[in-house]
Amino acid sequence: MIDQTSGNRRIEWLWVGILVIVIAIGVIAYLRQLQEGLGITGMNQNVTWGLYIAQFTFLVGIAASAVMLILPYYLHDYKLFGRITLLGEFLAVAAVLMSVTFIIVDLGRPDRAFNVILHASPSSILFWDMIVLTGYLLLNLVIGWTVLEGERKGVPPPGWVKPLIYLSIPWAISIHTVTAFIYAGLPGRSFWLTAIMAPRFLASAFASGPALLVLVCLVLRRYTVFDAGREPLQTLGKIIAYALAASIFFVLMELFTAFYSGIPSLAHHFEYMFVGIEGHATLVPWMWTSAVLAVAALAVLLIPRLRRNEAWLAAACAAVFVSLWIEKGLGLVVTGFIPSPTGEIGTYIPTALEIAITLGVWAGGLLILTLLYRLFVAVKALTEPVAVKGAGEP
Amino acid sequence: MIDTERRRLLKIAGTLILGSMLPIIPCSASSPGRSASAAGAGRWGMVIDPRKCPAGCRDCIDACHAVHNVPHIAGPGNEIRWIRQVPFQNAFPDQGHPYLDAGRRDVPVLALCNHCENPPCVRVCPTKATFRRSDGIVVMDYHRCIGCRFCIAACPYGSRSMNFRDPRPFIRTVNPDYPTRTRGVVEKCNFCEERLAKGMPPACVEACGKRGALLFGDMTDPSSEIRRLMKDRPTIRRRPELGTDPHVFYIVS
Repeated sequence: MIDQTSGNRRIEWLWVGILVIVIAIGVIAYLRQLQEGLGITGMNQNVTWGLYIAQFTFLVGIAASAVMLILPYYLHDYKLFGRITLLGEFLAVAAVLMSVTFIIVDLGRPDRAFNVILHASPSSILFWDMIVLTGYLLLNLVIGWTVLEGERKGVPPPGWVKPLIYLSIPWAISIHTVTAFIYAGLPGRSFWLTAIMAPRFLASAFASGPALLVLVCLVLRRYTVFDAGREPLQTLGKIIAYALAASIFFVLMELFTAFYSGIPSLAHHFEYMFVGIEGHATLVPWMWTSAVLAVAALAVLLIPRLRRNEAWLAAACAAVFVSLWIEKGLGLVVTGFIPSPTGEIGTYIPTALEIAITLGVWAGGLLILTLLYRLFVAVKALTEPVAVKGAGEP
Repeated sequence: MIDTERRRLLKIAGTLILGSMLPIIPCSASSPGRSASAAGAGRWGMVIDPRKCPAGCRDCIDACHAVHNVPHIAGPGNEIRWIRQVPFQNAFPDQGHPYLDAGRRDVPVLALCNHCENPPCVRVCPTKATFRRSDGIVVMDYHRCIGCRFCIAACPYGSRSMNFRDPRPFIRTVNPDYPTRTRGVVEKCNFCEERLAKGMPPACVEACGKRGALLFGDMTDPSSEIRRLMKDRPTIRRRPELGTDPHVFYIVS
């Protein structure tokens, strides 16, 4: 037992060490970007948003997905989630911090970022995104911290937290809806100009976020004293299955409208994604990987015998996460620009520096997440030593 | 953005400047930009007659880019463009059809900011760095822009460019009368508001001169040259179905 713990501690330090190195590389790459401008990225006049904005979009979804734990526990008194709601809230905190960092990293003039407040423009969706993301970050920080403190002291959280928790439920929906509005309200970009953009965003978020949480719970069980238990993960598996099915369904709806209507401006973008246009097919292998992984994961999650096997469940969750990361963290943003409104088939291939910065921001978020989860595990070890040890025994 | 008092002053100043310059501008009597010289229009607009563009002519583009210190960065996807040539069927995607003469389909058409009455770029800007003046010109404040490029995503005409790198090394000859930009901000056509303020027509219109492919003037004045021309000649606009109410008109007959 002691051996295992010290081994785990070594792995934890190794993990933190790797994160710090990736962050350092990202910071160096970002200093280069500060010096030379966004020209060091693969973005250009045709494709003016790339990896950064795509990560921002994907991570807002991850943040919003915490509601998939909060809602069943606080609205339906689904007790099994009681021990893991904090994991969702802390994940939301880390994800919001990452998504905001990606916005800053994407700015041409980050030194002027405060103009968004100094010259606040309520007609801009970015203004509202700033408000809902800041609010969501504060809500989850306050809720997470207060609930954790209550657990440490062995008392129920103070009464004033409850309204905040209830508020955080619609607020989670709002952050991803507003983020979808960034895209869905632009007249000249037919790929994004769709009323089901926000539902699509929410469906894919409610699959990818919980998938990440299942993987996190399995990692925590393997390397820490905290065990979320089997049943909560099974329930999450069902939630992921429903959300993933909705997500796939929505994409099929888009394909129907684009191709049955035969309107070229609708169809072109999907052609670019799945078959390529005039030899421009950078995204094609990625999009097919995403599609195959999504369908395969859905099959695994729908077959009870497979879902109940945690190895299969883990594989399905990894597939869901990768599939939806490709869809939103890669395909959705770039494809909106190709073809351009004047018919140019642009190209976008992220540069090494751009990827280094992207990985650096991810590592920063994961480091924050690691620290928050470290606190969480420490409190759990303190307050329910018997339960966690018992559950952790093989 | 300009209050009426200042507008009236500009109008007087413009008229005075115009009056004093009339004898020395050689083509001013018949210049398509003449009406534009009266600063303080109710609503500026432009008419483009693509058939009057001589093949291979780039005078308006060169003039605009020289006056405004627009950098020349070569390579597809790199060009910063205020005014550019786009194949007809790309500028008007709904108008191309298989029986349209191939020459006509690919004929280069001038494309620039449409100075929309209802500009999506202005709507989405999170800092009001781009805004619409009361005379209809959509302008940029390069000192306020944070470079988020939301406006580029919003513009249905591809009329905006981002300075992904420092533009200054790419400027052939710097015109000291107009600011250069820093890296990290967006830029676009400003209908030569800095020249209009001095009672001068836009640089592209002046460069086109007697060829008359470019006409500029006050849309609210029924007696302006531009409005009289539009009375006789049918004009179309780029993607009017999007509700942006573009104010650059193209003669099609």
